[in-house]
Amino acid sequence: MITVTHYLMLSAILFAIGTLGVLTRKNAIVVFMCIEVMLNSVNLTFVALSRHVGNLDGQIFVFFVMTVAAAEAAVGLALIIAFYRNRESIDVDDFNMLKW
Amino acid sequence: MELLLFYLVAIAAIASAFFVVKCRNPINSALNLVTTFICLAVYYVMLESPFMAAIQIIVYAGAIIVLIIFVIMLLNFGQKVKGRYTHGLAAGGLVSALMLLVGSQFVRFGEATGTGGEITSAVLTEVGHTELIGRALFLDFVLPFEIAAILLLIAIVGALIIAKQKV
Repeated sequence: MITVTHYLMLSAILFAIGTLGVLTRKNAIVVFMCIEVMLNSVNLTFVALSRHVGNLDGQIFVFFVMTVAAAEAAVGLALIIAFYRNRESIDVDDFNMLKW
Repeated sequence: MELLLFYLVAIAAIASAFFVVKCRNPINSALNLVTTFICLAVYYVMLESPFMAAIQIIVYAGAIIVLIIFVIMLLNFGQKVKGRYTHGLAAGGLVSALMLLVGSQFVRFGEATGTGGEITSAVLTEVGHTELIGRALFLDFVLPFEIAAILLLIAIVGALIIAKQKV
C-alpha cells in the first residue's frame, strides 16, 4: 500500500538533489535544469497531497507552476544567450557584470 | 505489485536526477532530465491524475526540454569547457544533506491530516479527471488563469527583447 508519505519522501529527496545541483554546478544551463528538478519535486508534493486530501486545488496549483516554469524557461534561456554573447561564457562565476 | 512499481520508478527518478547534477556534458544532463520527467508522469498516473501526466509529458518533456537542448546546441560550448565544472562541493553537499534531513524528519514525524474531500477515486472514474480540472480552472480559478495568460504574453515579449542583438 502506497501512502502519501512515500511520495513526500521521494519529493524531499528530489528537492535535495536539485539543491545540490544549483549550489555546486558552474554551468548556468545545468543550474537551470536543476531548478526544473526542484519545481517538479514540488509538483509531485502538490499532486500527492491533493489526492490525499480529496480536493483538486493542489492540481490547479501544479498547472500554474508549469505555466510559470515555461515562462521562466523562455526568459532564462534568453538571458543566458544574451550573457554568452557578451562574455563568451556561461560559467556562473563570470556572472559579475553588476558588480563594481 | 504497485509498491514494487513505485520503488522501481523511484530508483529511476532519483538516479536520473542525480545524473542531471553529475554529468559533465549538458546534453547528457538534459536527457537524464527527460527521464526524471517521465518518471514523475508515471507517478501522476498512479495518483489517478492522467491529465497532469499528459501535460507533464507535453509541456516539460516536450516544450521545455526542446528549448533547453536548442540553446545548448546553439551555444555549442560542449567541447571547449575544460577544467573544473563544479564549485563549493563540500558546502553545497552539506546544505542539501541538511535540507534532506529536515524534510525527511518533517515527513516521518508529521502526519498528513485532512482526508475526506469530495474528489474520491469513484468521482474521478465517473466524471473524469480532465473534466474536473476544466471545471475547477474555468469556474473557480478563472482570474488566475487570465493572469497566467498575461504572464505568458509578457514572457514572449521579454524573451524576444532580451535575446535580440539590437533593439
